[in-house]
Amino acid sequence: MIIPKLAFRNLIGNGAKTWLNALVLSFSFVAIIWGQSLFEGMDREMSKVTIDQEAGGGQYWAGAYDPYDPATIDDAPAAIPADLAAEAAAGRAAPILIVSATIYPKGRMFPALLKGVDPDQDVLKLPFDRLLGGDGEIPGLIGARTAKSTGLAKGDTVTVRWRDASGTFDAADVVVVDVFQTQVQTVDSGLIWVPLETLQAMTGRPGRATVVTVPVGSAPRSYPGWGFQDYDVLLKDIKSFVQAKSLGFSIFYVTLMALALLAIFNTQILSIWHRRREIGMLIALGMPRGRVIALFTLEGALLSILAAAVGAVYGLPLLIYMSKHGWVLPAGQADSFGLALDKALYPAYSTGLVFGTILLVLAATTIVSFLPTRKIVTLKPTDALKGKWS
Amino acid sequence: MENSVLIRTVNLTKIYPSGEQPITALRDVNLVFQAGEFAGLVGPSGSGKTTLLNIVGSLDVPTSGSVEVLGEKIETLSHKKAARLRNRHIGFIFQTFNLLPVYTVYENVEFPLLLLGMTAAARRKAVRDALAWVGLSDREHSRPAQLSGGQSQRVAIARAVVKKPDLVLADEPTANLDADNSHHILHTMEDINRDLGTTFLFSTHDAKVIAHLRRKITLVDGRVTADEARTT
Repeated sequence: MIIPKLAFRNLIGNGAKTWLNALVLSFSFVAIIWGQSLFEGMDREMSKVTIDQEAGGGQYWAGAYDPYDPATIDDAPAAIPADLAAEAAAGRAAPILIVSATIYPKGRMFPALLKGVDPDQDVLKLPFDRLLGGDGEIPGLIGARTAKSTGLAKGDTVTVRWRDASGTFDAADVVVVDVFQTQVQTVDSGLIWVPLETLQAMTGRPGRATVVTVPVGSAPRSYPGWGFQDYDVLLKDIKSFVQAKSLGFSIFYVTLMALALLAIFNTQILSIWHRRREIGMLIALGMPRGRVIALFTLEGALLSILAAAVGAVYGLPLLIYMSKHGWVLPAGQADSFGLALDKALYPAYSTGLVFGTILLVLAATTIVSFLPTRKIVTLKPTDALKGKWS
Repeated sequence: MENSVLIRTVNLTKIYPSGEQPITALRDVNLVFQAGEFAGLVGPSGSGKTTLLNIVGSLDVPTSGSVEVLGEKIETLSHKKAARLRNRHIGFIFQTFNLLPVYTVYENVEFPLLLLGMTAAARRKAVRDALAWVGLSDREHSRPAQLSGGQSQRVAIARAVVKKPDLVLADEPTANLDADNSHHILHTMEDINRDLGTTFLFSTHDAKVIAHLRRKITLVDGRVTADEARTT
């Protein structure tokens, strides 16, 4: 226990120099935890809202369906398997029929997708119940982004043209029964939601769907002609986005960390240089060289623990404030990413993140502290005592 | 008596490589020191006093010849064994005090005992005793920067003797002190030598120190030119 005791004494005894280094290093702690927690929070929030409003507990895709290939959309719809149809009837699955269309709001023309969904479904948390009722008109539900881009508003009527199952063009007017707000752009942009049975009838595809979304916790099953898509596929864009952003940010904190470590490295070299008489004296007093090295290395390592404590003093209130109030993105910034970002980012702190960061900084500091101390091995105590560097 | 021999050097030679002309610091030095001696190596600068002291203290090794300290052959000791020898049996006093600046007086004196792994209670008693010997009981919480040169050297003496070593090696211990302080610390060392039986070996060219020595060994150009027992 003597080495930790002496290292602590030396560290505290160095006064302002120690506190200044600890402060610089603490910036790395706080920046890493803050940055990573933002991305963790972003990931959690986007995943949650996407699961709630689009992905559910996974989706069965009709064989040919590929959301990234518009050519597959109209050919994909297939008969809903009996089991899934029964689940849907009980509200435990949400079949969605997707048909490409063109809409003509206020004399203009926009490509769009019609999505048919059961207004009574309980799987997706979107206000599809507003599609219920209607007076013989086709009710349509649109998101705020579509409303903005097309100029449509609640109560407006828009002409929609589509091709039915046999390839024949048909058209009808759809009444916008409501406009909903959502973070998830893929359930909003360029989409008009209509009742499933209505769309099946409009397109001559009774009992057919393109996608069947099941609730969270459903075990995937095998249905001929349908493929189950889990979160690896459904949340892939979110994960890729967070990973890319996290990587970009990591350049910032790696730079910050490198500067802090450079400061520690420099301090250690200077410290060993300034304290060479002391090193000589420690050896003269009978301290083996290995323990002298351990002492100097531990002093550096303890610096990171001190930095964690210093970081906690100003970092904790900051991080708690951020988790409550979030980091508000500039107006319009959230939508520009094309993903389910909220208007503010709320950091999420996990034990793994906090302890992982502390361990990372501790390990880096210890290594950086150790490297200059190797010089002590070559130091002749008789020279060191005279203040010479052999 | 043969069994009280503390240090024995046989044909001790130390040569420092220095370009084309190596420097011979010690030449065939043959000396024996008994336990309890209060002896000094005297001579001009560069005569090899400090080199001899460093080799006896296992901080350096001879180029040839043999040095035996407390039965250990210095030239064959590993770093670890040499550290153990210094830790348990040898105390050092240097011209520049070499106190650890961030420690208090108490902590500086306590340091060798920490290395020995003594209990806290035993350390406390030993440190208080040592500070009493050197008359610094009232300064145990001071830091080295707050002490005068004489006080600093007294702390260094307390640190050297706190573990009650067999041998104290003092390299020019009065070089940075005024006459009063020099006499004070020399009396302190004499008291310790008498009361504890600690052997003191000095390196000095200070007349004040020489006046207190009971044995004076003169070195010139690395050779022993005189070895006189004296009555003080």
